[in-house]
Amino acid sequence: MNERVKATRTMTASSAATRRRRRSFAGTYLTPKRTIPRRTVLILGIVGFVAIIAVWTLLALITNDSSVSLSLQLIPRPDVVVVAWIDMVEHLGFLSDVAWSTFRIVAGFALAALIAVPLGLLMGSFEIVRSFFQPPINAIRYMPASAFIPLLILVQGLGESEKLTVIWIGVFFQLVLMVMDIAHRVPAEMLNVAYTLGASRWTVFRKVFLPATFPEVVDALRITMGWAWTYLIVAELVAAQAGIGNFILIAERFFRADRIIAAIITIGVLGLITDSLFAAYHRWAFPYVEKLHP
Amino acid sequence: MSDIQFVEVAMSFPTRKGEVRALDEISLSVPDGQFACIVGPSGCGKSTLLSIAAGLVTPTHGDVLVDGRPASDPGPDRGMVFQSYSLYPWLSVRRNIEFGLEIKRTPKAERHRQSSELIHLMKLDGFADVFPKALSGGMKQRAAIARAIANDPQILLMDEPFGALDALTRQVMQEMLTDIWQRFRKTVLFVTHDIDEAIFLGDVIYIMTNRPGRIRTTLQVDLPRPRSFDMVSAPHFAELRNQVVGVIHEESLKAVESELARA
Repeated sequence: MNERVKATRTMTASSAATRRRRRSFAGTYLTPKRTIPRRTVLILGIVGFVAIIAVWTLLALITNDSSVSLSLQLIPRPDVVVVAWIDMVEHLGFLSDVAWSTFRIVAGFALAALIAVPLGLLMGSFEIVRSFFQPPINAIRYMPASAFIPLLILVQGLGESEKLTVIWIGVFFQLVLMVMDIAHRVPAEMLNVAYTLGASRWTVFRKVFLPATFPEVVDALRITMGWAWTYLIVAELVAAQAGIGNFILIAERFFRADRIIAAIITIGVLGLITDSLFAAYHRWAFPYVEKLHP
Repeated sequence: MSDIQFVEVAMSFPTRKGEVRALDEISLSVPDGQFACIVGPSGCGKSTLLSIAAGLVTPTHGDVLVDGRPASDPGPDRGMVFQSYSLYPWLSVRRNIEFGLEIKRTPKAERHRQSSELIHLMKLDGFADVFPKALSGGMKQRAAIARAIANDPQILLMDEPFGALDALTRQVMQEMLTDIWQRFRKTVLFVTHDIDEAIFLGDVIYIMTNRPGRIRTTLQVDLPRPRSFDMVSAPHFAELRNQVVGVIHEESLKAVESELARA
């Protein structure tokens, strides 16, 4: 009896191996939401990246104007941009511009988050707070932060406070509504369980409501941080003594597209770094969250 | 331990089309240590009745009395278990179970002793330090029940606790719950739409009517205790089931008809 069971088992195992079905190309790759082999994912990612560089190189070669030097081409080659970046760091003090921009981002973003997160939590949990703040915030949200720049320059001048205010406006009104939604979505049952376990309102707020919102609040910070970069560069392009935006503006005056592209790529890399810092913090602080973050 | 009493509890909700009466003058009393089940068609207000008992919803009329004293706010004397488990995902299974004890500021050693006992009793050994996301549906609900029991409530309110589980898991959970109840002898008010579940678990079954919710019939379940799963196939169990099914079927038909009439 036992041996027969064993025999059937080995048989099914081996026949499953030999009869492993092959799916058609469409069946594997063109079925919505079907996972594809890991290796294919990796290869496609690399190919996509290489393709962009290839198209860029091609455009550079096509538009090449032999009457001017390589670094003055309107579409410089990738290797020229790399050389430009090294030159910027070594001779033009580009890293101090990066430092200025980073400082503005961090300060402006922190000031926005410091008020937006608590206010959003209050708006999401108390209808009395929501009714008061939501209509004006909803209205202001659709006013582009960049449109405020001329007004802010009139009021605040060209100093740092103007830059921070632009970032603040750009981040605050979006973030506060995102946090409000997060707070609003905390399941009532989660709070009710705590009440039936004898918790006071304050305990429920502190030990259930707040921890229930934390992971998603960090997600919201991560998303709005990306937007902050946009507002910062706009503010620096308009008027600044230092910063990546200011550097780009000066490069434009000297027809140095290579430096502009190098600066833009630097912003992209800085964005990637902050994003992965947020992602790493999320994984470390909230190991219990079911959804894994990329 | 305690008894719980509903005195002419009524509940209505304002809607655009006027007041909707969800519960209509419900009076019933569950004596100390009894396992009472409430069954009824969906939408009859049985969950609302339980929330009123917990003090989470304020009835428009009437009172809930625990040991004769009005209980209008939620409190640790009435523990509640929800269908959706509602474990706190950021706490380990043990910390979830100890949640009520922590609020009461029970010393750590004592908390640990009690939660260990319940973890063993609810067959969660080896899962004390994992997060709820690692648990199956049945284990999550066992942890949620352990959390409610750890707090030592006088009355346990259960709102379709096994509703989200598959049929096989549900049977095992029902057996476990009778064992636990046999041991702790809490007064239990258990809401379900599963007729077999109500008969298997309950001392008494209250059958509710469709909206406005009323107690239509009260049925004593005279099956012996302790109960085991083989009772489900006994002839007397079938008799009881037929009685309940008859009443519920009538009510469900009425519900469909009244929906048609409204359409």
